[in-house]
Amino acid sequence: MRNDIILRVIAKIFVPFMLVFALYVQFHGDFGPGGGFQAGVIAAAAIVFYALIFGLDAGHRLAPEWIVEKMIAAGVLVYAGTGFAGIFLGGNYLDYFVLGADPVSGQHRGIFWVEAGVALTVSGVMLKLFYMFTGRGREPEDA
Amino acid sequence: MSAIAGHYSYWVTVFLMVAGLYILIARTNLLKKLIGLAILQTSVYLLYIAPGKLIGGTAPILANGFTTYSNPLPHVLILTAIVVGVATLALGLALVVRIRETYGSIEEDDILARDIADADG
Amino acid sequence: MGDHLAVLQVVLPLAAAPLIVLVRDRGFAWIATTVVSYACLAIAVGLAVRVATAGPISYEIGSWPPPWGIEYRVDALSAFVLVLVALTASLVAPYARRSIAAEVAHDRAYLMYAMYCLCLAGLLGITITGDAFNIFVFLEISSLAMYVLIALGRNRKALVAAYQYMLMGTVGATFYVIGVGLLYLMTGTLNLVDLAARLREVEDLRPVLAALAFITVGIGLKLALFPLHQWLPNAYAYAPSMATAFIAATATKVSVYVLLRFYFTVFDPSLHFGDVPWREVFIALSVAGMLVASLVALFESDVKRLFAYSSVAQIGYITLGIGLDSQASLTGSITHLMNHGVTKGAIFVLLGGVALRAGAMSMSVNSLAGLGQRMPLSAFGLVIAGLSLIGIPGTAGFVSKWYLIVAALEQGHWWLVAAILAASLIAAAYVWRLIEVAYLRPAAADAWQRGEAPVGMLTAALAMVALCVYFGFDTTFSVGGAQEAAQLLRGTR
Repeated sequence: MRNDIILRVIAKIFVPFMLVFALYVQFHGDFGPGGGFQAGVIAAAAIVFYALIFGLDAGHRLAPEWIVEKMIAAGVLVYAGTGFAGIFLGGNYLDYFVLGADPVSGQHRGIFWVEAGVALTVSGVMLKLFYMFTGRGREPEDA
Repeated sequence: MSAIAGHYSYWVTVFLMVAGLYILIARTNLLKKLIGLAILQTSVYLLYIAPGKLIGGTAPILANGFTTYSNPLPHVLILTAIVVGVATLALGLALVVRIRETYGSIEEDDILARDIADADG
Repeated sequence: MGDHLAVLQVVLPLAAAPLIVLVRDRGFAWIATTVVSYACLAIAVGLAVRVATAGPISYEIGSWPPPWGIEYRVDALSAFVLVLVALTASLVAPYARRSIAAEVAHDRAYLMYAMYCLCLAGLLGITITGDAFNIFVFLEISSLAMYVLIALGRNRKALVAAYQYMLMGTVGATFYVIGVGLLYLMTGTLNLVDLAARLREVEDLRPVLAALAFITVGIGLKLALFPLHQWLPNAYAYAPSMATAFIAATATKVSVYVLLRFYFTVFDPSLHFGDVPWREVFIALSVAGMLVASLVALFESDVKRLFAYSSVAQIGYITLGIGLDSQASLTGSITHLMNHGVTKGAIFVLLGGVALRAGAMSMSVNSLAGLGQRMPLSAFGLVIAGLSLIGIPGTAGFVSKWYLIVAALEQGHWWLVAAILAASLIAAAYVWRLIEVAYLRPAAADAWQRGEAPVGMLTAALAMVALCVYFGFDTTFSVGGAQEAAQLLRGTR
């Protein structure tokens, strides 16, 4: 698809908008439909779209495989870390009330961090799935 | 008549549930079974979300002038269930890809025949 | 830290899994898994001691009081199952190193350890949580990890087995969610204790009974209740040995725990003492499972499938105790959770050692000829565990079967006693088949001769075998804990 000029131009225009939209959905989850999972999927969709048009190697250069795998693990650890922060600051696990100066700002901060962790993991998983399934046909490697 | 019209979301739920189960059981192609599974799970999402919308209820965000809010809890539950469904589907597809590579086919009958041939030969 | 034991029980393995994925090193993965398993055992024992002395523990996640927030609730029954799961994990994880090195590709071994930790976290989470939907979440976490663990087996049939298990298991979980959804629609709450309170006031019973039916079938699929057991033989036979050992001892037992929770804690007895013949259905299916599965095991030629069918039969014993619904029968059921877990765990760990030496994944009974001379300790362990399976006095299996027989006699079901004894006789037949092949037949000329199983595997296996015998004599923990749990479950009436 990389030889089709219309697709290339449209892709180059769209991909940054998709990524910004992903960020918008991520932070808008407090006030409307949105949140970590949706944002992660949209961000991954942007990269997948880019890889579809410009080729899998270009996609790999944009989001290398080892980074994607670390993202998956890092997101879960961010979520677990927020939970532990609640314990260290005197509350229960995943207690957001103690994370800020007053309960409301604490809730805000807690939700922000867990959603960030979720978005990180979900985009990593979606990308990893894409890489795994597309990588299959290219080198029929081992089990 | 109101038994049908008033509860049409439940009728759709039941239809999807039974259709999904039928596809899962009756089809021998591994991919089609996965599709049946996905339809079954979709019916569950509908079962939770449709009753969550209260008559006259608005979106569950505090606003002036509204007293009835729709229930936000089913949405949270179903988001979790959707993620679980996605993970299951991804795992199922990965397994189907690997089965295709090792057996050369994704039809249940072919796979069974190959296993029997292995056991005899 | 002591106040947070309940949540650490689940969070430690859950956080260990991504850590293992980050570090990627095989050795680190094994060390992390072993340390986490031991930590979980320590926490489980600590929780059990605390519950025994101070009563049920309730932990609020996020400091939201129940029923608004999710509550982790440990009582006598949960503590019992927690210890079982953690004990199995602690015994299996250390020995896994050799087994995984032999059966899984080296650059992917760390993923198997990560799956193992996730499965452990899921199983512990199911047991400890007090929220119905949270049970589904952890159920799927542990199940998805289990499908992956099974699919990593060397034989290509492992893939089909994992796929089959995945289909049936997901349908089971979906049915469970439908049941919970119906309950939520009728009561407006998901907290188990709150559900129990609100169900008493519900007027229209039809959705509630439908919910009970969905939950029963859903969990029945997960616990391999006859005739929903089709996934189990293939899954156990073709999975890597470490996975089989862990799953055989824990997965179905935790599903039994969920069943017990819903039938005795959530649903008011008056709701299902009415016209719903749930006890008769359970008894009928259990007896069918016991007899049919034992008979199939008798004619099975692959050793792992033989013991997999034997597992289906033993699960029949457990659900029989639930169907009989008395103090003695529930004690027998819950004790059998622990006893069968330890017995089957020992058998599959020993078979893992044999498979390691054999070099091939599937072993027929005949290929075990002369095992008594080739691998004397493993064969001896198999014999003792086999005796526990039959229920010979002096082993753990006898204790739970004794309680079941007593319960059946209390209710005057002589035919049930006959069925239990018949199933035990058939078990004796296939265990004898194994003993005869191992000890009384000379090794074939082309059989493998590579000595005893590695020391690590052997110690874990013999530790479990020792527990089989120990629980046959000293029942303070197994039966004592079970009696506490049974009393708690039936406490409402």
